[in-house]
Amino acid sequence: MIRDITIGQYFPGNSVIHRLDPRVKIIATLLFIIEIFIVDNFLGFAVAGLCLGAVIAVSRVPLGYIVRGLKPILIILLFTFALNMFMIDGHILWQWGFLKITAEGLRTAVFMAIRLILLIIGSSMLTLCTRPLSLTDGIERLLSPFKKIGLPAHEIAMMMTIALRFIPTLLEETDKIMKAQQARGADFETGNLIHRAKSLIPILVPLFVSAFRIAQDLAMAMEARCYRGGEHRTRMNEMKFKGRDYAAFALLALFLAVIIVESRIF
Amino acid sequence: MDNIITIENLTFEYTRGEESDPVKAIDNISLEIERGSFTAIIGKNGSGKSTLAKNLNGLLLPTEGAVYVNGYDTRDDDNIWNVRQTAGMVFQNPDNQLVSAIVEDDVAFGPENLGVDPAEIRRRVDKALEDVNMGQYKKKAPHLLSGGQKQRIAIAGVVAMKPKCIIFDEPTAMLDPKGRGEIMSIIDELHKEGITVILITHFMDEAVRADRVIIMNEGRILLDGTPRQVFRQEELIRSANLDVPLMVEMGAKLRERGIDVPADIITEEKMVEFICQYE
Repeated sequence: MIRDITIGQYFPGNSVIHRLDPRVKIIATLLFIIEIFIVDNFLGFAVAGLCLGAVIAVSRVPLGYIVRGLKPILIILLFTFALNMFMIDGHILWQWGFLKITAEGLRTAVFMAIRLILLIIGSSMLTLCTRPLSLTDGIERLLSPFKKIGLPAHEIAMMMTIALRFIPTLLEETDKIMKAQQARGADFETGNLIHRAKSLIPILVPLFVSAFRIAQDLAMAMEARCYRGGEHRTRMNEMKFKGRDYAAFALLALFLAVIIVESRIF
Repeated sequence: MDNIITIENLTFEYTRGEESDPVKAIDNISLEIERGSFTAIIGKNGSGKSTLAKNLNGLLLPTEGAVYVNGYDTRDDDNIWNVRQTAGMVFQNPDNQLVSAIVEDDVAFGPENLGVDPAEIRRRVDKALEDVNMGQYKKKAPHLLSGGQKQRIAIAGVVAMKPKCIIFDEPTAMLDPKGRGEIMSIIDELHKEGITVILITHFMDEAVRADRVIIMNEGRILLDGTPRQVFRQEELIRSANLDVPLMVEMGAKLRERGIDVPADIITEEKMVEFICQYE
């Protein structure tokens, strides 16, 4: 059951978007997010939405799959919407007791909702179309210029790589511990919230112990394979920008220009 | 004689807690491992066999005495990476020694650490995966593989570093019989290709394949010789709380019943051959 969790929700595929250099995708996503915050009118959102739609179409990730990803944030979305709708003063359209909807409030509510949706779909496209490991590679390369000021870029990426590797192992371990406890009469399903939280302690303690044991084993295995940090290290898969990556940069620049011009004019 | 590993009066102590006295895991062992040989080291739990293995590539350093790998002293910090590249190591738990969530990336980990050229890493990774018959699993995630397959990936990861010697620290202890068989035949294969093999195990039947068997007990060497020489000493082996290989036991029982089985029969094939020709 718990093994079904896919971290980062990668959607396997072989589209141009999937094959782009992860660095391009990370930069594009960051710029997209910044732009969403710069945009201050609906036309800007239309442009951004259109571009995002084009990216989704090219990536061949089913729209339904992406929309389903919005579900967890639905409550936040509704909450923001309601808050904006009812709380902003202005020209009153409808009133019932202390509740009132104003034209300005409605506009802001819709505006914020669109902004949030674009933000989430935009950033989830990054994880949907990039293998988690390429993502960590990309992050490492992008952060490496900051090594000079003491940022441990390689170590951060290595930590993420190991975390990704050991998530299934630790889930399996949790499963094993839970079953062993259930076999001895532990009850994880009934009782109130506090009771259930308490019953998790006997799982967490052995889980931590075994995580430390795994870490110790792994550290020794890594040392035996001559791991000595990022210095003098080479990589099997070198990252090189290809034609399609430069094309993507060109499109990105165009998109950036359109958004800036648009927000100046309107 | 050309030795890849030389151990001189090695003693290794560790302390359990701050106040307790140090425990001697290895007690004054001297040993030479010949280049290209296949040595099995056997002992029960706590006999010091795993500690000895970790001393052979500088994961643990001698309390007293010295270990030389290909001429490099393991205590010398400048040589430690040469030592570990020369003497690769495969551990017991197949899960806890794989670093990456993709098989081929994991095999590339060692060569990447050595600073090998990317194109050359690619070649080595492909070759190493072919060597362990895991070529078609290149892009898979290790957690979806069986224990034996994971252990094969771990072996490929070491092979890709082009070591002269591989130390296997109970590589089959956590595997099912099928996985165990696969790993043993890969070890045989690597030995045939000229790699020095040191196999730490507590399975007697794995040890009969070796050129040389060393039996350890309480941090010391109890017996050292060819499998035939060693397994002949049944009583001594049993005194160390170890079993003898099944065929040795069978030979002894047959002798008790008056069938004259030669004492040097220790493998299944030889026993079958003998019984078929027995009149």
